[in-house]
Amino acid sequence: MSIILDKVNYVYSEKTAYEIQALKNISLKIEDGEFIGIIGHTGSGKSTLIQHLNGLVRATSGGIYYNGRDIYEDDYDRKKLRGMVGLVFQYPEHQLFETTIFADVSFGPKNQGFTKKEAELKAFTALRSVGLSEDYWYRSPFELSGGQKRRVAIAGVLAMDPEVLILDEPTAGLDPKGRDEILDQVAKLHQERRMTIILVSHSMEDVAKYVKRLIVMNQGSIMLDGTPGEIFAHVQELEAVGLAAPQVTYLMHDLRKRGIQASGTATTLEEAKEAILQAFHKK
Amino acid sequence: MKFIEARKLIHEYIRRDEEGNVESILTALDQVDLDVKQGEFVAVLGHNGSGKSTLAKHLNVLLTASGGTLWVDGKDTKDPDNLWAIRQNAGMVFQNPDNQIIASVVEEDVAFGPENIGVSTPEIWKRVERSLKSVGMIKYREHSPNRLSGGQKQRIAIAGVMAMEPKCIVLDEPTAMLDPNGRREVLDAVEQLNKEKGITVILITHYMEEVVRADRVYVMDNGRVVMQGTPRSIFSQVDTLKSYRLDVPQITLLAYELRNAGLNIPEGILTRQELVEALCRLY
Amino acid sequence: MLRDITIGQYYPADSVIHKLDPRTKLMGALLYIVSLFVFRGVAGFAAVTLTLIFIIALSKVPFGYMVRGLKAIVVILVITIVFNLFLTPGEPLVEFWKFRITWQGLENAGFMAVRLTYLILGSSVLTLTTTPNQLTDGMEQALKPLNKIRIPVHEISMMMSIALRFIPILIEETDKIMKAQLARGAEFESGNLIKKAKSLVPLLVPLFISAFRRANDLAMAMEARCYHGGQGRTKMKPLRYKRKDAAAYLLSVGYFAGVIALRIVF
Repeated sequence: MSIILDKVNYVYSEKTAYEIQALKNISLKIEDGEFIGIIGHTGSGKSTLIQHLNGLVRATSGGIYYNGRDIYEDDYDRKKLRGMVGLVFQYPEHQLFETTIFADVSFGPKNQGFTKKEAELKAFTALRSVGLSEDYWYRSPFELSGGQKRRVAIAGVLAMDPEVLILDEPTAGLDPKGRDEILDQVAKLHQERRMTIILVSHSMEDVAKYVKRLIVMNQGSIMLDGTPGEIFAHVQELEAVGLAAPQVTYLMHDLRKRGIQASGTATTLEEAKEAILQAFHKK
Repeated sequence: MKFIEARKLIHEYIRRDEEGNVESILTALDQVDLDVKQGEFVAVLGHNGSGKSTLAKHLNVLLTASGGTLWVDGKDTKDPDNLWAIRQNAGMVFQNPDNQIIASVVEEDVAFGPENIGVSTPEIWKRVERSLKSVGMIKYREHSPNRLSGGQKQRIAIAGVMAMEPKCIVLDEPTAMLDPNGRREVLDAVEQLNKEKGITVILITHYMEEVVRADRVYVMDNGRVVMQGTPRSIFSQVDTLKSYRLDVPQITLLAYELRNAGLNIPEGILTRQELVEALCRLY
Repeated sequence: MLRDITIGQYYPADSVIHKLDPRTKLMGALLYIVSLFVFRGVAGFAAVTLTLIFIIALSKVPFGYMVRGLKAIVVILVITIVFNLFLTPGEPLVEFWKFRITWQGLENAGFMAVRLTYLILGSSVLTLTTTPNQLTDGMEQALKPLNKIRIPVHEISMMMSIALRFIPILIEETDKIMKAQLARGAEFESGNLIKKAKSLVPLLVPLFISAFRRANDLAMAMEARCYHGGQGRTKMKPLRYKRKDAAAYLLSVGYFAGVIALRIVF
């Protein structure tokens, strides 16, 4: 099970004055059960890229294969694909529309053709897995706080039982607590259900803490692809395109320059702490 | 000289049912005391729903108090005669960059404020030019706001406030919807206005990193001011901050954890340089 | 699809027409439109055509760009032609099966087609050479006398300019919400009319909520910037007539008188 992108190109407003090549020759393989972070600034093509993965946007050229099948084949069921590759948009709470939370979450499975009962069962499981208290389920989604609304919106996608879950900046605009809650939920889905997760973000600190593979996008191309440790070793290249490594990565760099023997490229607070304490103990 | 003085400021959102009976009362501001001197850079920190945005709206008299008193520039906000003078002197920038730009051309938007307060045409031109320069957006003066980035739009909004020549700018989570580059652009612009033009700045935010630049910090929780002091003194209380659903910049947190692990590092480390120096001294 | 409409889009260029006062252009456009319904005969047709060509040339907007705006009315154009062609009574020209085309029908169809095309081309000169803001400013000024009969001219023009600013934002938002619901398995194209209408609920509800939120935010932002209606307001770019406006007025009135004269004489 995998997603393969083969030389995917995408051009916006082709043959007009505003023509922009949003994706340039993207080739990529995403294995089953991976936890991937995609990083880049606004306009780097990261949002366009993920909209290709569930077939919402059609590549101008190149091929996309989901579990070995060409999704652009004429008889390929692209609606079914959208159920298997769940995509949570930025500010997903803006798409809520039903009178109750429960009805809103059932919307996806109902569209997939499940009966009312089945759809409700799926909504039930999904709301459970995002950790929203049952007291709220039959209230209007518009009574909730920002963080809660976002969890409902994520449940709306989870209810479709996707094999792959893609989240576009799921923490934008949330406060620290809300942010941690959402990211912890997502990590739990990865651990418990072996769901493939793709997290689009511009926060290096968030991403480094959770993902095992990082893809850095710049101007429509993949600039770097590797583990967070590998990626953040390229601090200068990241900075050249206006991105930054986590603060602790810089710190370790500075410490080594000043002669403190702390080893490794720390990308998270825990790693940095370990490395520094070790350096002090060795002495 | 005091520019803002709040004494026991209270704000209650009262919800009534159809017959006009009080259904519930939400105390968004609970006996808030606030003192800001002319030319200061004050940050107000709190998670979503802590009351910080309500406070911001009081400073611009978009809301008026249910109890207590608030003076802005020596004028009582309860007196309707002071309304326009206060709004002109304490300009306000909001969270969503799209929803505060009124005109379809950048320079015409900046002119909106001065037009409202009856500034003469030649003077408007001078002010528009001056304020666009002060935020580094002069070369976009004839552009449409729609094709600008979020950070650029927020700088236009700041210019729009500056064109009214206020003594103070209140920014209500101006960076919540921006990417890291945009966030930096906006904060740099704000800091520059404070340092170079002596504009009093009140920055409402939940990003801890942004608070480091302020002279003083107020922390709000549940409508109350629960902490206040310099950024250093606030950040030395990591546990207290966490209990208010806030988190601490990564470097400060690392310093705190290293200190807990037995390294003799001073409290309230704010920057990477400070931590590097502290560790080198120990090594 | 929504992006193909060129009516109402500004085409920046450095031309005499661009520099005219919007009030002058509004007046000119009005006279031109009336003239389209006044002219008669070959001489009138020639006068109107030459004037249109002259104005388009002056405006420096590429002709191809203007013609694209006609796409939006192709359907209306075809219907008008067909109706006039087949339903005008008179001396038959061609007859087949149940249909009959008459000389008068041909003439009527031709004139209607010309009128409609010229109407769109002429009014697109106005919108292509005038920024939306100038246009609303112009309307506000031109309609100011209506203030006396308690029509809130300033408020109306403020609403118009805000609408113009938010149209692109809302179009983008519609696109975003549509994609988000598609990702949840929604379908917007299939099914019968009732099903289609029902499928719009997940799109329209979020769109309205968003529009209301934006309106609320915007109202607050305007208040914070001391907006309190049109009273005592000054302008960054007040409208002032220049010499070329006087010339343009003279020419438009002259043209209009000419078309009427041609109608009477021929």
